[in-house]
Amino acid sequence: MTLHPEDQPWQPKSFAFTEANLAQAHKIIKRYPEGRQQSAVMPILDIVQRQEGWVSLAAMNLVGEMLDMAPMRVYEVATFYTMFHLKPVGKVHVQVCTNVPCQLRGSDDVVHACKKELGIGIGETTADGKFSLAEVECLGACVNAPVIWIGDDFYEDLDAGSTVKMIEAFKRGETPKAGSQTGRQTSAPAGGPTTLKDAGPTTLKGDA
Amino acid sequence: MPVKLTIDGQEVEVEAGSTILQTADYMGIEIPRFCYHERLAIAGNCRMCLVEVEKSPKPVASCAMPVAEGMVVKTDTPMVKKAREGVLEFLLINHPLDCPICDQGGECDLQDETVAYGRGKSRFEENKRAVEDKDFGPNVKGTMTRCIHCTRCIRFITDVAGVPELGATGRGEHMEVGTYVEKALSSELSGNIVDLCPVGALTSRPYAFTARSWELKKTESVDVLDALGSAIRVDTRSNQVMRILPAINDDINEEWLGDKSRNSYDGLLRQRLDRPYVRNKKGKLEAASWGDALKAVAAKLTKAGGSKIAAIAGDLADAEAMVALKDLFTALGSANIDCRQDGAKIGGPRGSYIFNSGIAGIEEADALLLIGTNPRVEAPVLNARIRKRYLKGGFKVGAVGPAANLTYKHENFGDEAKILEAIASGKHDFAKVLKDAKRPMLIIGQGAVARADGDVILGLARKIAEATGMVTDGWNGFNMLHQAAARVGGLDLGFVPGKGGHDVAGILDGAEKGEIEVVYLLGADEIDMNRLGKAFVIYQGHHGDAGAHRADVVLPGAAYTEKGGTYVNTEGRVQVTRLAVFPPGEAKEDWKILRALAEVAGHAPGYDTIEQVRARLAQVNPVFGRLDELSPAAWEAFGAEGKVSGDAFAATIANYYMTDPISRASTTMAECTAAFVNTAAERTGTHG
Ligand code: SF4
Ligand code: FES
Ligand code: FES
Repeated sequence: MTLHPEDQPWQPKSFAFTEANLAQAHKIIKRYPEGRQQSAVMPILDIVQRQEGWVSLAAMNLVGEMLDMAPMRVYEVATFYTMFHLKPVGKVHVQVCTNVPCQLRGSDDVVHACKKELGIGIGETTADGKFSLAEVECLGACVNAPVIWIGDDFYEDLDAGSTVKMIEAFKRGETPKAGSQTGRQTSAPAGGPTTLKDAGPTTLKGDA
Repeated sequence: MPVKLTIDGQEVEVEAGSTILQTADYMGIEIPRFCYHERLAIAGNCRMCLVEVEKSPKPVASCAMPVAEGMVVKTDTPMVKKAREGVLEFLLINHPLDCPICDQGGECDLQDETVAYGRGKSRFEENKRAVEDKDFGPNVKGTMTRCIHCTRCIRFITDVAGVPELGATGRGEHMEVGTYVEKALSSELSGNIVDLCPVGALTSRPYAFTARSWELKKTESVDVLDALGSAIRVDTRSNQVMRILPAINDDINEEWLGDKSRNSYDGLLRQRLDRPYVRNKKGKLEAASWGDALKAVAAKLTKAGGSKIAAIAGDLADAEAMVALKDLFTALGSANIDCRQDGAKIGGPRGSYIFNSGIAGIEEADALLLIGTNPRVEAPVLNARIRKRYLKGGFKVGAVGPAANLTYKHENFGDEAKILEAIASGKHDFAKVLKDAKRPMLIIGQGAVARADGDVILGLARKIAEATGMVTDGWNGFNMLHQAAARVGGLDLGFVPGKGGHDVAGILDGAEKGEIEVVYLLGADEIDMNRLGKAFVIYQGHHGDAGAHRADVVLPGAAYTEKGGTYVNTEGRVQVTRLAVFPPGEAKEDWKILRALAEVAGHAPGYDTIEQVRARLAQVNPVFGRLDELSPAAWEAFGAEGKVSGDAFAATIANYYMTDPISRASTTMAECTAAFVNTAAERTGTHG
């Protein structure tokens, strides 16, 4: 049996925005015409999550109040998007893509490396609350598979080794460089350019 | 603008904006559906209604597709057949095959449509998903593993009931319909989602496992637990009411029913008076024969006679019984009769005490003033009609009365009666809103007239109606909302004090002082029994409630499901209930008891059959001759001049779930009271 949200021991009694976040929320609400404030629900839930790391029941109720929206409507939105965390996650929330392209490119090794390095399983949080691990569906970056998503960044072209390195950096409190971990430029061919190798600007036919 | 199209080779012309499914319904071509419901918003999510449309490469959801000129639709092609089979196969992937233990069995859309359109076999071998059951409170049972996510219940609770507590959380395979935070559905209309649910996900909690739909005898009747006279269907097995469902009446309840009217039926079995009782010398009620009981009553009545006897008719009394009682009292020379237990100062011209615009008329109004009423608890189905009108837009609602959560936006101007003076004289802002409206309307509740200055307030309401143009040719927006099913009928047949007679307050005073010696209560339980003094009290009715406890003689009558009784609803519409089961034990239809009593008392009336009683009713007031119709009432002067008191309007119903002897005897209603009323009081801190 799963616990109902109101019975979950980790739910705080109340939620309040920081002053800056409240101002930001009101700025967002103003973007929408009178009577359409509910459209602001997603960006405001995002502010909540950036502030607390996750979205609590108390926060959803407050957002409903702010937007003149039945709480149920907020729950529907928040539960629909897996990107909203409805229970606390680690400060560094490691989300490994295990969808088919990533899997073909070795995401199993990446997951394994994460588990070993962090000492936790999928859906768990380390005892110090610093790391949590999750499995996610396609992140839309298959061209650089396998991919891990942390905070606002994607770590791409991973294998077991680079995954461990990346996590170690986080453990030291650093934020490793995002993007391809093999050093290639965005999604350019792995071994360097295969075409348009001539240096200098290329003029395309028709360009004036 | 009409549009021409073809469905299954038949040409048809319909209004633009209709959908393919509506057109097919109109032509009598069956298209199966789950999520579409004619009284709810269109969702288009179940895909059961797929049809083939020429030039469209894929099947089209007919419930969400508007018709277009020259469209060629086919509902009987292999493509449609395959589409239906596919949809059903997918729905059944996660639907349990538990029909034998499911209350919906026998009246389940999924069952029926699977038989008619399914493949007959599933290719799915994996495990089905399971969803935790939800606790929706005393009225609705949620077996959510059976849910097919049609969202009918969500749309009803959100749009019609206006209490948005239901929703769909999660997505894909994890989608669940529920309240997320566990709670009972607090809408007074919650039971309707049981009817709407096309599968057995939402079933009736009180009815759970008590009967199978095919065992039931179905009797169409009229509800009397509020004053709307909603159409109902009483389902019975042997001599017991197993459940009560709404029937369709577009003029009154569309197809909705309040939870009290729906789920009080277990009260029909409890606390019943099933034989006559007479209080013996030791002061104990003792079972008696009909003959002895009637003789005892007749002796008391004839001995005292005249101004020393009085009769009060209760809120569930039928018109036949009231006219028989009135005739008897007239014969005995008494004018002390009254049907207004709450002391409402009403009873003038008919137009002053009925809902003149009709309930359906609410949809034509464009401004509304509520006076001393909370329609959400006095008549939840009517409240839903107001909300329906509100959702269409261009509808301002103002209220003078206790603040209430009405499920639509409205402005409460306060609860003091003198605000009405300001509106009547045009000084109040809302007077202009009403004046500018094309079809302004007011609804005045019993809370406004059941007080000492009730007639002055009634007069003010009339002034407001006249000053703001509520009464014009073809429109009468002066509406009174009643709470008692018997009230309008009682007023129509003049069950009010005659010349020199006393009203309820006078009767109670007289009884206290010993001036009135015999009081006849026809199902009257809402008066203060302590004030009856030493009077000899006769209680005729169906439940052992307050009246029977005080009585010296108890005459067991029939409840509304056990007789063909005439009731006039708040609109002034005359309707007749039907006998669905027989009264218990020795209990008898009420008019027959009074007919027999009159004979024992030596005043046999001129009627022996129900037809003759009804003829007598029509003779007293011709409206009784016009069944199921609205009879427009003439607009005449009514109400009194004078000063209103400073008293605030008070709420008249503290607990929607228990307002009469039947609902007070119901355990389901007791559970509702515990779940909704008492907890609400605790929340606001007014409790204890
Ligand atoms: S519970 Fe019933 S009405 Fe509600 S979505 Fe599920 S199947 Fe539809
Ligand atoms: S499958 Fe991993 S990013 Fe697309
Ligand atoms: S009835 Fe058309 S999609 Fe459900």
